[in-house]
Amino acid sequence: MNNEKQNPHPFSTYLLIWLGLLVLTGVTVTVAGLNLGNLSVLGAILIAAVKGTLVVLFFMHIKYEDRVFKIMLGVAIITLAVIMVLTFVDTSFR
Amino acid sequence: MTVAAEPPVHLHRDATGARIGMWLFLFTEILLFGGLFLLYAVYRSQFHADFHFCAGTLDTFMGAVNTAILLTSSLTMVLAVASLEKRSRKHTALFLAATILLGLIFLVNKYFEWSAKFSHGLYPNSEVLEAHTAGENVFYSLYYLMTGLHGLHILIGIVLLAVMFFLVSGKAGRAAKTDEEELDRLHIKVENSGLYWHLVDLIWIFLFPLFYLIT
Repeated sequence: MNNEKQNPHPFSTYLLIWLGLLVLTGVTVTVAGLNLGNLSVLGAILIAAVKGTLVVLFFMHIKYEDRVFKIMLGVAIITLAVIMVLTFVDTSFR
Repeated sequence: MTVAAEPPVHLHRDATGARIGMWLFLFTEILLFGGLFLLYAVYRSQFHADFHFCAGTLDTFMGAVNTAILLTSSLTMVLAVASLEKRSRKHTALFLAATILLGLIFLVNKYFEWSAKFSHGLYPNSEVLEAHTAGENVFYSLYYLMTGLHGLHILIGIVLLAVMFFLVSGKAGRAAKTDEEELDRLHIKVENSGLYWHLVDLIWIFLFPLFYLIT
């Protein structure tokens, strides 16, 4: 039935995720100030990826969705990754 | 619509189908911004030094504040959806209003950021920039294009959430349906608007370190 009442999400989970996101923002700003060279780029993108995953899983409810949502999202992300990698294979060796 | 006499009334509503449709749209958005991120990445590898220098001219504090504002707006958005699940119109409207307000604050901050850059003559095709290197020109073009497109999405999100606010707080159509039914309907709309809002937040999560932090 369509009337799925979805597992009622407690406010506390969302608050925790929000706090985690704010902490990670603080971490990424601090790490950027450390002058780690090339590592800082990797670190910033890694932290952004973790934050993005939290938003998608919890705020966008992907964690609680049917498998079809996860597969579709996976296909979209892989498509983007393939486009990016192939472009760099081209531009890096010109 | 025909009013069937049979007991199980067929509702023209499919929450899962609606969410799948919304996600399909969001994928096109991901690819749209993904293409721009790719453009940024390729030019960054070409104009390494210029990108480093220019990123240093952006106000990291302002960027971090805006990040916190958007993350908080995502929280209020998800709480609006959760409140609707708990059948509280009042709380939903309140959280929606908070989300809209935070979105507006984000745009105001963006306005001040852009104005500061404009006052230094740093905008695409400006005389100041023409005297600078090609890499700096590319950086500011991408900066304005990507934060501008993102800002446009915030603006569209605000309009969308304002409509949701009036639907939730208004009495439109209530006479025709039972409140329970209408709340189900509203839930689909508010939830999908929320997905859009979170996506815009998600894009900013990647924009912020790439433009403000990697110096």
